[in-house]
Amino acid sequence: MARAPQTLFDKVWQRHEVCAESAATPAVLYVDLHLIHEVTSPQAFAVLRGRGLRVRRPERTLATMDHSTPTTTAQVFGGAPIAIDAAARQVRELEENCARFGIELLGLKSAQRGIVHVIGPELGLTQPGMTIVCGDSHTSTHGALGALAFGIGTTEVGHVLATQCLLQRRPRTFAVNVSGALAPGVTAKDLILAIIGRLGVSGGTEHVIEYRGNTIAALGMEERMTVCNMSIEAGARAGMIAPDETTFAYLAGRPRAPAGDAWERSLAAWRELPSDPGARFDREVSIEATEVEPMITYGTNPGMVMPIGGHIPQRPGDPVFARALEYMGLNAGEPIKDQPVNVVFIGSCTNARLSDLRTAAALLRGRRIARGLTLLVVPGSQQVKRAAEAEGLDRVFLDAGAEWRESGCSMCLGMNGDVVGRGQYAISTSNRNFEGRQGPGARTLLASPLTAAASAVRGRVTDPRELA
Amino acid sequence: MEPFKTLTSRTVVLPATNIDTDQIIPARFLTTTTRAGLGAHLFADWRYDSAGAPRSDFVLNQAHAAGCRVLVAGRNFGCGSSREHAPWALLDYGFRAVISTEIADIFRNNSLKNGLLPVVIDEATSAWLLAHAGAEVTLDVVSSTLTLPAGTRVPFPLEPFARHCLVEGVDELGFLLGRLGDIEAFERARCGRG
Ligand code: SF4
Repeated sequence: MARAPQTLFDKVWQRHEVCAESAATPAVLYVDLHLIHEVTSPQAFAVLRGRGLRVRRPERTLATMDHSTPTTTAQVFGGAPIAIDAAARQVRELEENCARFGIELLGLKSAQRGIVHVIGPELGLTQPGMTIVCGDSHTSTHGALGALAFGIGTTEVGHVLATQCLLQRRPRTFAVNVSGALAPGVTAKDLILAIIGRLGVSGGTEHVIEYRGNTIAALGMEERMTVCNMSIEAGARAGMIAPDETTFAYLAGRPRAPAGDAWERSLAAWRELPSDPGARFDREVSIEATEVEPMITYGTNPGMVMPIGGHIPQRPGDPVFARALEYMGLNAGEPIKDQPVNVVFIGSCTNARLSDLRTAAALLRGRRIARGLTLLVVPGSQQVKRAAEAEGLDRVFLDAGAEWRESGCSMCLGMNGDVVGRGQYAISTSNRNFEGRQGPGARTLLASPLTAAASAVRGRVTDPRELA
Repeated sequence: MEPFKTLTSRTVVLPATNIDTDQIIPARFLTTTTRAGLGAHLFADWRYDSAGAPRSDFVLNQAHAAGCRVLVAGRNFGCGSSREHAPWALLDYGFRAVISTEIADIFRNNSLKNGLLPVVIDEATSAWLLAHAGAEVTLDVVSSTLTLPAGTRVPFPLEPFARHCLVEGVDELGFLLGRLGDIEAFERARCGRG
C-alpha cells in the first residue's frame, strides 16, 4: 500500500504520538530518554514533591552534573570544597533528588560524567529514532544520530519526570541541503557558523532542521554533533541527520547501545528512518560547502559571523548593530584578523570531543601559546579526558602552555568559576557569544578548534591555514 | 496559577533585537534552587554597572517604568538558552506580558507555562509601540487581541490549549496526568512490538 513519503522527523514524531494533536489540544508525545542536570532540575523536583508525585519511569532519566560544577581537579577529586556555595548546593540537591526518586546519577567523581550532550552519545544512550529531551537548549546535539532531540524548560522537565510525556504542537520541517567538500582547514564548526550566518538567528524558529546532502553524509559522527548542536543558534529547536553506516559504526559496542539480537533488530528499524525519496519539507535551502571558509563571529549573537579573512560589515543607521560592535570594541569595515586575544577556550558541547581535541593538538604540537595568553582546554567528558590522555594530547596542551581541566561546561557560560575577564577577548569553540555569556563584560569570538589553536599560538585572530 | 483574562498597563520599551535569555538573567544567577527572587537580577548586566550601582540610562531604572507590566522588545525576544529562569525573573519583577514581532520557541513555551503572555504582532504595530514607550495597552487573552490607546485592535496568535490554561488558571501537568491511561496503553503496545 502506498503511503505518502515521510521525512525522518515525520517518522520519529509519528512513532511517539501517544495522542495526536487536535485543534484544541497539542499532541501527547512520548519521551524515550530524559537527561537532567543540576541547574534546570531542582524546581522540577520541587513540583513533584509539592504534588506528591513520583518519577514515573526513572529508568528513562539519567542525571549528570556539568553546568555549575567546577573543573579544577582539586575541587572535583581533591576534596577541596566547591568554591561557589550555591553551586555546591545545586550539586547536593541533585544528589538528594536522584537518590530520593530513584534516578541514576553520574555524579561529580564518576568516570562517566561529562557535559550532558557529550555523554548521551558517548554512552550509546542516544540512538536513532528516539525522542530525547533535556532542560537545555543544546539538546539538539543528539539529533546528529537521527533522534528527535530538543531543549525544554524546567516546568516541562517536571512533566517528563511525572508522566514521561510532553504536550507538543507539531513543528514544521526545514531541509538544509549541503553539497560539496569542505576545503582543508575548514571544519564542521565553520560550516554550521556559515549556515547560521545565512539563516539568521531566528531563521529556524518553529522548525526542525534536517541537515542533508553529500557534505553531511561525509562528516564523521562528532562533526555531525557539532552541526546539530548549534541548530538552536538559528532558532530551530532541533536539528537532525539521517542515520547511516557512520552512525551505526559509532554506536556499535557502546556500553548502553543495544547488543546481540537487540542490535540486529534495532539496526533494521534504524535503516527505515531516513527521509523517503520525494518527502516534502515545509522549507528548504541549499548551501555550497566548497565556498565555506574558516568563520569567526564579531558581534554579540552567533548570526554576526564572517569569514576570518573578511571585513566586519557596515550597517550605518542600525543602532543595535552599533551597540553590539561597541560592546565588542570592534569597528565596522575593519578586518578581524590580527585582533589581539587574551583567552582561548577549547571546550563545550559544541567542540570538546576527542576529534576536536586531536585537531587542536595537531596544530599545537611543538608550538607554544603566545606570552600572556590563557589557553583553557576542557574535555567534554571524563571519558574524553582519559582517551585524550591515553594518546598524550594532555602533554601536547600542557607543553604548549595550556591548562588541562576536568570536564564540564566551564567557560562556556561563566557560572562555575571559569570566566573571561571584563573587556577581554576570548576565542571560544563554544556556541554563544552573547554579551556577558563568558563573564560580565567578556568579549567572545566563536570559532573552530583549529582557529582557536592557531590564534592561541599567535595571540591574535589567526587563519589556521597560515599555520598548517 | 491565577487565571489570566485581561491586562491593561503602560509599556516599557527595550528596542534591541535578539535579546537573549543570558541578558534577561545571566548564568551566574542560575545557581539558585528555587524560583523566587530572580526579579532582582532581571537584566542584571544592563541594569547595574560593574560596581553594582543602577545605570540611570537603563529604562527599568527610570521613574516612568515603575508599575509597567508589559514589555515591548525588538525582534526575536528570548532567544538562546532554555533557562526558565528568564520568564521567572520577568514575572518576579512584575511583568505579565512581552510583545515582539518574533519570540523564540522555548522562551515562548516557558512563558505560557508560568502565566507570562507572549504576544507576537506585525511590524507596523511593533514599530508604533517601539516609538511610543509608556503607551497604555490592553491585552485580552480570551479574544487574543491587543488594543492600542486609539482603540485599534490587533489580533495575536495564541495556541488554543495554552489560552485555555491561562484563562482557567490551570496547568498542563493536570491534563497530562489525566492521560496516564493512554500513556500506559502506548507503552504496552510498544513493548508488544518489541
Ligand atoms: S557546554 Fe555550554 S552550551 Fe553546552 S550544555 Fe554546557 S553550558 Fe550549555
